[in-house]
Amino acid sequence: MSHLSVNHLLGIKQITKQDIELILSTAQNFKEVINRPIKKVPSLRDITVANLFFENSTRTRLSFELAQKRLSADVINFSASNSSVKKGETLVDTVNNILAMKVDMVVMRHASPGAALFLAKRVKAKIINAGDGAHEHPTQALLDAFSMQEQLGDLKGKKVVIVGDILHSRVALSNIFCLQKLGVKVKVCGPLTLIPRYITSLGVEVEPNLRKALEWCDVANMLRIQLERQDIKYFPSLREYSMLYGLDKPMLDSLPKKIVVMHPGPINRGVEITSDVADSSQSIILDQVENGVAVRMAVLFLLAGRQND
Amino acid sequence: MSTKIILDTRQFEITIQRLCHQLIEQHNRFTDSVIIGLQPRGIYLAQRIQNELQKILKLKNIHCGDLDITFYRDDFRKKELIPNRTNIDFIIEDKNVILVDDVLFTGRTIRAGLDAMQAFGRPKDVELLVLVDRRFSRHVPIQAKYVGITIDSIESQNVKVEWKETDGKDKITLLS
Repeated sequence: MSHLSVNHLLGIKQITKQDIELILSTAQNFKEVINRPIKKVPSLRDITVANLFFENSTRTRLSFELAQKRLSADVINFSASNSSVKKGETLVDTVNNILAMKVDMVVMRHASPGAALFLAKRVKAKIINAGDGAHEHPTQALLDAFSMQEQLGDLKGKKVVIVGDILHSRVALSNIFCLQKLGVKVKVCGPLTLIPRYITSLGVEVEPNLRKALEWCDVANMLRIQLERQDIKYFPSLREYSMLYGLDKPMLDSLPKKIVVMHPGPINRGVEITSDVADSSQSIILDQVENGVAVRMAVLFLLAGRQND
Repeated sequence: MSTKIILDTRQFEITIQRLCHQLIEQHNRFTDSVIIGLQPRGIYLAQRIQNELQKILKLKNIHCGDLDITFYRDDFRKKELIPNRTNIDFIIEDKNVILVDDVLFTGRTIRAGLDAMQAFGRPKDVELLVLVDRRFSRHVPIQAKYVGITIDSIESQNVKVEWKETDGKDKITLLS
């Protein structure tokens, strides 16, 4: 396999195991590139990419922009807060106007699930989904898998637990799809109010007890409580959540084996994870950020290199 | 498909030996010289040359690296490309670089190689060594300084270089 089976990266659900493996092995080469004294390659010098962020983002946006610049692409940035979206323009009109300026690829984050798919069906450009509502965040799942592979080697048969607000998390869903395609066993852990009722139909087990979940796993992926998406109260208080589902150093040290701790960011220190855990040697949170650039370079490179069918 | 042997195992060995002695003539004890093989097929020649040189000169520290040029190619999007590993653990700043590839055909790979090399420093000078030079087929003005064998071929023909390490036998054949 030397090319992707898709023209757009809309979600992990739509891509194959071979696609994931190709992206991860290409990312390996880009990781070597971004650790050189001169970190730039000319592969995408004739490509223009628009980064459309209809929702806030720090890491993903910087990471995509850096990946594009390291590949020598031309980049335009757009955020909804200071644009004509405020004047009532629709998504398709906004994007078509940008494409009229000869843009080849679009990286988009949007609050509505399915926004990337909607766009891919209607406009002539390659679309990369950088998060659509509580649906998918494919590049995050890919960089998580890449970071796990660096720590554990082949992921087949490994055990990963995703802890926290599964209901509102696009990271959780993409991670589940990605890890299962790579042969990883996945459990989710959190207050039952924050776990989707039909999650078990994806082949995922629910473990309501954090200690049991941590004793079982090789990797714990700690998610943030997405208060901005919660319209009602799902648990009595953050303090109680933190006591039952927060990971602290005594708990981490008392586990029978050394597990890998991950977090997609932004961290709420003291809620889902304490500072001493986040900064411990078992945490690979900053490796995830570094790998994010390499993985996004691989995705951009492979999609740009694909001739349209 | 017809095949014609260009170099058999015996001639292959003699050719490598000659290239090594030509290099020694120019680079003496390789104190300021390094070898860089181009991925994917040039690295076998680079490693062979490094081994032979170290044997002849009774040295152990001749630098040899692998350079992948996929991200620097000018035919990106014209065909599917798979990147390989770059492995250069030394600085080429102010060094004499010997760029090594198995077959010199259009010269586009070497052009990309010259670009790719810049990420590792500014070399003092760069020379090109190839095992097979398919003359009269160049698209860019690039010539090798050290050549194993020069052949006349047309575009539809293919030159196949086989290595003891990967293919079981040292051999060069022309497929047409």
